[in-house]
Amino acid sequence: MRLIVAYIQPHKLQDVKKSLYENKVFKMSVTNALGCGEQKGYHESYRGVDFEVNLLKKVRLEIAVNEEFVDTTIDAIIEGAKTGQIGDGKIFVLELAKCIRIRTGEVGSKAIG
Amino acid sequence: MRKIRLYIVFLVLIALLTPVAVIAAPAESSSVETIKEELQTNINIVWTCIAAFLVFFMQAGFAMVEAGFTRAKNAVNILMKNLMDFSVGTIAFFLIGFGLMFGKTNGLFGTTLFGLSGVEPGADWNWTFLIFQTVFAATAATIVSGAMAERTKFVGYLVYSFFITLFIYPIFGSWAWGGLLDGGGWLEKLGFLDFAGSTVVHSIGGWLALAGAIILGPRIGKYGPDRKPKAILGHNIPLAALGVFILWFGWFGFNPGSTTVGDGSIGYIAVTTNLSAAAGAIVAMCVSWVIMKKPDASMALNGALAGLVSITAPCDGVTPVGAIVIGAVCGVLVVSSVLFIDHVLKVDDPVGAVSVHGVCGLWGTLAAGLFNMESGLFYGGGLKQLGVQALGAGTAFVWAFGLGLILFYAISKTIGLRVTPEEELKGLDIGEHGMEAYSGFQIFTTT
Repeated sequence: MRLIVAYIQPHKLQDVKKSLYENKVFKMSVTNALGCGEQKGYHESYRGVDFEVNLLKKVRLEIAVNEEFVDTTIDAIIEGAKTGQIGDGKIFVLELAKCIRIRTGEVGSKAIG
Repeated sequence: MRKIRLYIVFLVLIALLTPVAVIAAPAESSSVETIKEELQTNINIVWTCIAAFLVFFMQAGFAMVEAGFTRAKNAVNILMKNLMDFSVGTIAFFLIGFGLMFGKTNGLFGTTLFGLSGVEPGADWNWTFLIFQTVFAATAATIVSGAMAERTKFVGYLVYSFFITLFIYPIFGSWAWGGLLDGGGWLEKLGFLDFAGSTVVHSIGGWLALAGAIILGPRIGKYGPDRKPKAILGHNIPLAALGVFILWFGWFGFNPGSTTVGDGSIGYIAVTTNLSAAAGAIVAMCVSWVIMKKPDASMALNGALAGLVSITAPCDGVTPVGAIVIGAVCGVLVVSSVLFIDHVLKVDDPVGAVSVHGVCGLWGTLAAGLFNMESGLFYGGGLKQLGVQALGAGTAFVWAFGLGLILFYAISKTIGLRVTPEEELKGLDIGEHGMEAYSGFQIFTTT
């Protein structure tokens, strides 16, 4: 079992959701995130005073999958989120120790699927 | 002796007062007339000014409706457009527009009263009339910002709002309304009925909005690769609802104020205006309930506005029942028009401005030819009035849509009409104005 965490551009979420759906990955959690990386941020000004915004708005996806779905999911995220510009985001794949479905008490691969 | 003296004094007094009384009697009755006239004039001025201030408040309504029906990342931009089209429009209309619309006409447009030259500063009626007409011109201008929301370059929009109040709105206005002051136009000579501006204000704004939205093209993400429309949700329905209530309130100045006379007709026109708005909201809600299975709030709100727009031309000459029918018809019309423009024409109008103002303005103008108690088709007036109404509404379409296409095309080829795709995705608030509307709030910007 793996946990896939991806940080993407907020406006690419629709495309990522669509390509995940087309690849039969239906389960995900999405949260707002702020972050910075290669993309350095931008300037805002408020009543004549400048300030630098260096934490940019991002969206974080978390998807828990069984081994055989790892590559499909990664490919689907890339397909939806890639523009070729800096700021497209990153994908992290983590080992998942345990998974329990609360409703039934199922554990492991069954609980994920 | 004392009694006699008193008697004499009394007689002398009577003798002295009699001629005064005889002379005073006619003088007094004519001064009552003057006072009555002066009172009526002042009541007219006070009422027209109050109505102008109510119509000014509609700017706030438009700003809230448009901000609410669009995304949080473009809210500052929408507010700036609403502020600036009023401000730029006020100056342009004062300097040139008012003269073109209401000055002594050369047959096509007015040629005097530019900057109200020749009018003494002071109590002259022209000043009251100018402020009343200024807020109307600005209403026509501000309709367009909603249809062009979320993708228009700010500078391009400023240029547009200058030209609409400079000559597009005033010249058509002079054809229909010039005779309200020193001018006179061919449409009003034919007997064209547009009491408060279904065509002159709303259709002109609506058709310009259509031209702008076509030249701009849809927002990124509005149409999928299969050309199917997608919903781009407005970020604040409470604000949009507040905006609609403000507009409804402002309309009690827009229609009843167009009498520019303080008498009982104010109340009557307020009744027809209100009935039509209510019918429009109810019917639009019912239609959306049938088509979309739920009573849709944004459609019901648009329905109320549609009812108000369509009663604007016929409001003074229809029966209350006529007003309800006019509003009810546009309730159906506005929902089907929004769906038609979205699904068939594939023109992206984020707030439904073309449907509400263009299409329902057209219906309201034709409705005056159907429901007018003196000349309407349904009251035995024959087809003549309806024909004149159709001619006026058709001319408005050709004039505003045609000039709109030319104007927006020229802007897009010179200073540019649309922001870059990157800026559009990030939001115009940051791209155009360098600030956010809701700093400190966490906002899901996913579309």
